[in-house]
Amino acid sequence: MDRGFLVFENTSEVIQAEKLLAKAGWMVRVMGPPPEIQRGCDLVIEFPLIERLEIVRLLGASGLDPLEMVPVSGPLLQPVDIFQRVDYGAYLMVRAANMKICVEKATGIIVNISGGGCPDVPYLAAMLVGKKLREVPSPRDIGHTLCGYALQLAFEEITEQCSPS
Amino acid sequence: MLAIVGTVPDAALPVLTGTVTLDGTTITVAGRRFPVNRGTPALLAAAAVTSRALGRPAPLAYLVGDIGRGDGSRRLYAHLAEHLATADHRIMVFHYLQPDVDWHGRVLLALQEMARTPLLIADAGFMYVAKMSGQAEAYDLFTPDIGELAFLADEKAPHPFYTRGFILHMEERAEEMIDMAYRHGNAAQHLLVKGRRDYVVERGSIRAVVDTPSVPELEPIGGTGDTVTGIAAALIQAGLPIPAAAEAAARINRIAGRLAQPNPATQVTDIIACIERAIDEIDLSAAC
Repeated sequence: MDRGFLVFENTSEVIQAEKLLAKAGWMVRVMGPPPEIQRGCDLVIEFPLIERLEIVRLLGASGLDPLEMVPVSGPLLQPVDIFQRVDYGAYLMVRAANMKICVEKATGIIVNISGGGCPDVPYLAAMLVGKKLREVPSPRDIGHTLCGYALQLAFEEITEQCSPS
Repeated sequence: MLAIVGTVPDAALPVLTGTVTLDGTTITVAGRRFPVNRGTPALLAAAAVTSRALGRPAPLAYLVGDIGRGDGSRRLYAHLAEHLATADHRIMVFHYLQPDVDWHGRVLLALQEMARTPLLIADAGFMYVAKMSGQAEAYDLFTPDIGELAFLADEKAPHPFYTRGFILHMEERAEEMIDMAYRHGNAAQHLLVKGRRDYVVERGSIRAVVDTPSVPELEPIGGTGDTVTGIAAALIQAGLPIPAAAEAAARINRIAGRLAQPNPATQVTDIIACIERAIDEIDLSAAC
């Protein structure tokens, strides 16, 4: 199936659009843009090109008009999908790309967030550290950058790891 | 003077400049107090305490509020592009800023127009954009952790989020990744790679490996990488050559970590409180 990608003004809009489209049942993926449109902290949404009109209509109704819709002509960058886990006994740390989250196993309290380089990392840490995994907003909902998105991946992984089996 | 550029997580904070004063678990810049938990305040606190211990002036901070939307970072980029040409800083550290290729280029141009181009250190978001812009070699020191080294080694990744898996699997082969980063022009003149083993690299050659004391609990503690960068910058300001400063910073941070007796829930303020005692355990005269 031919694929295209949607370009937005900033990463926050990409994250909102991904949530909206996924909730509506579209098969979309966040990916990295090709080099010619990279500006710094970029994500795009890959989508089935044949559905472009429906997708634009849905996004437009939510005030999320993409800047561009471009057919995919080469491989897009894949987000990281490798996790490192370090078990400290009473604590578990998970790393995704450059972001690390550490949780006290017995309580589910997030005790530390480290790594990253974008300015929402200190903000996300301030919002999450000291609180329970299940009682905090997801990093995707309050983050704005690729580091925030990487923290989301680590957050999902550690939530699964800390879930009762 | 040592100048440090970065952000704090307060969306309403305008651009501030001023010398840093450290008071327990907070720093003060231009009359505004900030908690030292991680990020640029942790770097500033570590640089301030190291400078104080060595009898050097406190660092100057350029700060702005940004919670990830990039608006604050762009205000600070614009401020730097406008004002740096008339500034006189011997060393500049660039830290948590939203990566933006266009603005990075303008700031680099302003740096090169200064009467005396400062020694340039980059970490965090500014290191990302320096690499992504293809300008890594304009910098004197990068301070990546092992995951960020993988990003520097991957010539195709514009951000650590896109580091390819086969490179992430090379974490036990730091020497190879260092070589890849230099081969593709994606490393600064010097690297201080922070990890289970810390590597000090000068133009592609490993000058030192620091792995003691080993304190594995430091890795999950937010801000412990920032403190290494702050200590290194302050040591360079005190006159140490970059490789010696980087090696001593790695040792001091590890010793401060050992003195703090941390667990993974320890906060970085407890480590910073031990930096002065850690400096006392190091013979810096041998490093000069």
